[in-house]
Amino acid sequence: MKRLIVGPFNRVEGDLEVSLDVANGRVQSAYVNSPMYRGFEQILKDKYPLDALVYVPRICGICSVAQSAASAQALAHAMGLQSPENGRLTANLTLGAENIADHLSHFYLFFMPDFARDFYQGRSWFANAQARFKSVRGSATAEILPARAKFMHLMGYLAGKWPHTLSLQPGGSSRPIEVAEQIRLSIILTEFRSFLERSLFGDKLENVASLDSEAALLAWMSSRNSSADLPHFLSIAYALELHKLGRATDRFMSYGAYHVGEDNLFASGLWENDKLQALDLSAIREDVSHSWMEGETALAPVDGVTKPQPDKTGAYSWCKAPRLAGQVVETGALARQVVAGHPLLRDLVARHGGNVTARVVARLLEVALVVPEMENWVRQLRPGEAFCFPESKLEDASGIGLVEAARGSLGHWLEVRQGKIYNYQIIAPTTWNFSPRDAAGTPGALEQALVGVQIEENNEGAPVAVQHVVRSFDPCMVCTVH
Amino acid sequence: MFDTLAGFGIRLLWHPSLSEESAQEARHIIDDCVNGTTRLDILCLEGAVLRGPHGSGGFHKTTGGDPVMTLIEKLAGVASHTVAVGSCAAFGGVTSAGSNPADACGLQFEGDSPGGLLGQEFRDSSGLPVINIAGCPTHPNWVIESLAALASGMLNTQSLDTYQRPRLYADHLVHHGCTRNEFYEFKASAHKSSDLGCLMENLGCKGTQAHADCNIRLWNGEGSCVRGGYTCIACTEPGFEDPGHPFAETPKLGGIPIGLPIDMPKAWFVALASLSKSATPKRVRENAVADHQVVIPATKRARKK
Repeated sequence: MKRLIVGPFNRVEGDLEVSLDVANGRVQSAYVNSPMYRGFEQILKDKYPLDALVYVPRICGICSVAQSAASAQALAHAMGLQSPENGRLTANLTLGAENIADHLSHFYLFFMPDFARDFYQGRSWFANAQARFKSVRGSATAEILPARAKFMHLMGYLAGKWPHTLSLQPGGSSRPIEVAEQIRLSIILTEFRSFLERSLFGDKLENVASLDSEAALLAWMSSRNSSADLPHFLSIAYALELHKLGRATDRFMSYGAYHVGEDNLFASGLWENDKLQALDLSAIREDVSHSWMEGETALAPVDGVTKPQPDKTGAYSWCKAPRLAGQVVETGALARQVVAGHPLLRDLVARHGGNVTARVVARLLEVALVVPEMENWVRQLRPGEAFCFPESKLEDASGIGLVEAARGSLGHWLEVRQGKIYNYQIIAPTTWNFSPRDAAGTPGALEQALVGVQIEENNEGAPVAVQHVVRSFDPCMVCTVH
Repeated sequence: MFDTLAGFGIRLLWHPSLSEESAQEARHIIDDCVNGTTRLDILCLEGAVLRGPHGSGGFHKTTGGDPVMTLIEKLAGVASHTVAVGSCAAFGGVTSAGSNPADACGLQFEGDSPGGLLGQEFRDSSGLPVINIAGCPTHPNWVIESLAALASGMLNTQSLDTYQRPRLYADHLVHHGCTRNEFYEFKASAHKSSDLGCLMENLGCKGTQAHADCNIRLWNGEGSCVRGGYTCIACTEPGFEDPGHPFAETPKLGGIPIGLPIDMPKAWFVALASLSKSATPKRVRENAVADHQVVIPATKRARKK
């Protein structure tokens, strides 16, 4: 048995290191370390409740709006406040814009460049992959960066700026939209749609969204002009059999995403053994047995404690280990779409379990699903009507905010006493996916997904299959530990 | 962006979000800079320096187990220029807020006190201190323009302000170009989030004190904080993270905001504010507390010639 330490991982957000026990060219066990601790939960203690809106988005530069949205919801919940229809729509639009931009950044900047590595030289697809996806120099980078920047002009209108907006308030949005701006938002989305249909999909968004099985996906792939980027990815993925790589727990969780009336556009729930169950939030516990954190028992987030204990024996990460009813769950776009019942993702998971290909397909499918919804939300805005209801002062109250960030389920648990924050606990998507072992010794989702991965001897310094698995989760390490 | 950098002769040696090289490959690039095999012209640091716990740097370690703060010191020692990107790397920022659990500081400042990781006396080989592109977040163009200026030899000690921020953006106030200027002139103030009025009197806005050109160059093409309906929290200033009052409330003494516009004598401000308040037109007064224009500007009849 040989121990490999793989780090620092780049093209993930934040600091990440993975230790691998390798025998006979395969990973026997994996240990995920989040090597940075800043202590946002401690920083928030004794702050004014509304000031959480300033601090929490600054946990992260790419999930910033998701953090704002969760905080605004926790505050609104504590105040018993509902936002007006315009506030709901702008919250959907800003979160949607961030999530879609993050999916694109992940695909083009973080994930695909690994196929342009010299490691793959000699494969029939290599030259095309290198020309298109080589990091920094590939033709995709030159195209995606301006398209993404233009798309993010949505944020200029809706949120003042991104990241670290303060426009998402408990009572709605501080940024009312005028009629003249409504049409500009539509134009931005129209231009973005044509970029997606031309470069990413090579097809109408609606045609991509309606693919309903792996067979349909494969038929679509062969019928497409493979110069579009999703068919391009699929041809590489099936050549490398990435659908057989990176299976974790096959227990998928989603808090539900984008409020539409009383419901969510994507439903909440837990998908396990081919069945959908309601999500029992009271069954969430955070275990710290292998984290550099004080504590003996696994606590519910509402009672959560964050006290570093850097010299703890047996600990190997700053990340806590959240569990749902004692079980490891996977969260993210794949989980969200499997829970929401999308037939393509349910079919991919039924055939192969959670895997690298399915995680990437789920993100891009979500782009095709959400952008048309964003077009509708813009049309539904009613300039001249209220965008924000005034907040009330909090003395003693508690609230929960649950959102789906690009990377999965994000929860904020807030308790206010005597007008100040008494406790603020955050469980981020990657806290779930990249948790260390729990008291029972059960490894986290990524730790499970890495077992069995092949390591070539000439590739031990930065094993490429390990990188595909790690990046397939689109981890955000700064949110993970916060 | 990459074309722009290349046009100024800047080659990206390694960036954690963009470069291909990961793990051992990345460690080789960094090691080669430290040992002088590769020339490092500009070191850019994002994020605060984490010194805790107990000065060990253990809250942030490199692969291999050394504290990241030690690596930063080594790299700053060999780099021709050292740049702090964002208020955390410059001053400690939000990471150093409240109880500062990670004992965070900036490269050459701790809040507004000189020092930080590298110490007040630190100078790079050209005699420059750390360049603080402060802001939370910093504006991407502040970064690109500062790097371009450095690469062109156009950035010297005269180009930096007291807090070592590039004057190319720090010579302005956020107030410059604020679209709420008419409300400011008449002290027609917003009372709650989403109101159109001036945010200074009640909602904590520090735009008249904060150094940045946010309302001149704009964000995401179209926006800024105050255009987004919320107050300027002065995120380019050291210590902004702990204002001593709720961010969205203006601290006042005897009804007068404590933080007055920069360079404005208090007596004149009070006198002008009370005069302009009494002169506020109905349109401005009513629109200030609404979330859309309830009274639109009147149209003047063309005068007969």
